[in-house]
Amino acid sequence: MTLAAAFFYLFAAITVASAFKVISAKNPVHAVLYLILAFFNAAGLFVLLGAEFLAMILVVVYVGAVAVLFLFVVMMLDVDFAQLRAGFMKNATLGFTVGMIVLAEIVFFVATQFLKPGALPAGLVRAAPIPQGITNTEALGRVLYTKYVYFFQGAGLILLVAMIGAIVLTLRHKPNVRRQNISEQNARTKSTAMDVIKVPSGGYNIPDKAAAKVAAE
Amino acid sequence: MPQSTLLMDYLPIAIFLGVAGVIGMALMVAPFLLAVRNPDSEKVSAYECGFNAFDDARMKFDVRFYLVSILFIIFDLEVAFLFPWAVAFKSVGAFGFWSMMTFLGVLTVGFAYEWRKGALDWD
Repeated sequence: MTLAAAFFYLFAAITVASAFKVISAKNPVHAVLYLILAFFNAAGLFVLLGAEFLAMILVVVYVGAVAVLFLFVVMMLDVDFAQLRAGFMKNATLGFTVGMIVLAEIVFFVATQFLKPGALPAGLVRAAPIPQGITNTEALGRVLYTKYVYFFQGAGLILLVAMIGAIVLTLRHKPNVRRQNISEQNARTKSTAMDVIKVPSGGYNIPDKAAAKVAAE
Repeated sequence: MPQSTLLMDYLPIAIFLGVAGVIGMALMVAPFLLAVRNPDSEKVSAYECGFNAFDDARMKFDVRFYLVSILFIIFDLEVAFLFPWAVAFKSVGAFGFWSMMTFLGVLTVGFAYEWRKGALDWD
């Protein structure tokens, strides 16, 4: 499997390099584009692990939708570069600390695997099983909707909350915009939409019905 | 399915990506080698209908783009959940079927809310 190993190193190297560019790129739009490259290569790594469905979801959802969302957010925020650089040193200590903690966790985990292979519980480090005779997507489908139904329904509720939250937080209708109301249009009849007004000739007397309508408007 | 046959299925995609990358790079590199380049300061300056540019092109986007995008993500995920369900449809049984119908029902509630609030209208 030397070809698979070569692809692993290719994808892993590009993922790490583009992830580094995400945090070091000066232009935030470039950072998002490097993030998309990192997503693509992570999808390649998932394929190498046999997790086909996850790889496709990474491409469809993350590259197709989340990256677009990030681009919109970056363009919406009106990023001020001078202000960003001023804040860099202020937050550098915090960022460095968090990064070091995550790095230490990864190093401890990998080192434990090498130094004492049996130290961690078996279920924790098991590779994703590749079932015989069925595809990865079908294997997921067999358990996701029945065995893990609560998680599945929980995901649905989270999506509902996200939808309602986004609408409540960001939806502002402009005042004085007249929208088309189709049901109102279809409900118009001759009696609600038309008035036949008899105008007497030669006088300025407006009949009562028309006067009431003018006053109402 | 053994790991090696699975990966062999993906080999054409890798070859395709390689060919696409080569063609893309060739189209980007060829103008540097072949095209006539004779720039002067007027040619490379920004041109905006005959007068100088007023402002930076980097302006704030409307927040409504964000709303459209996040609503798209939600329904994208809904469709993503449908794929394994459709593949394993014969083996999940009636419970799996109604499980998915409940999920779709929950999201349809959100869709109805979104429609009633006019989040899909662009005024």
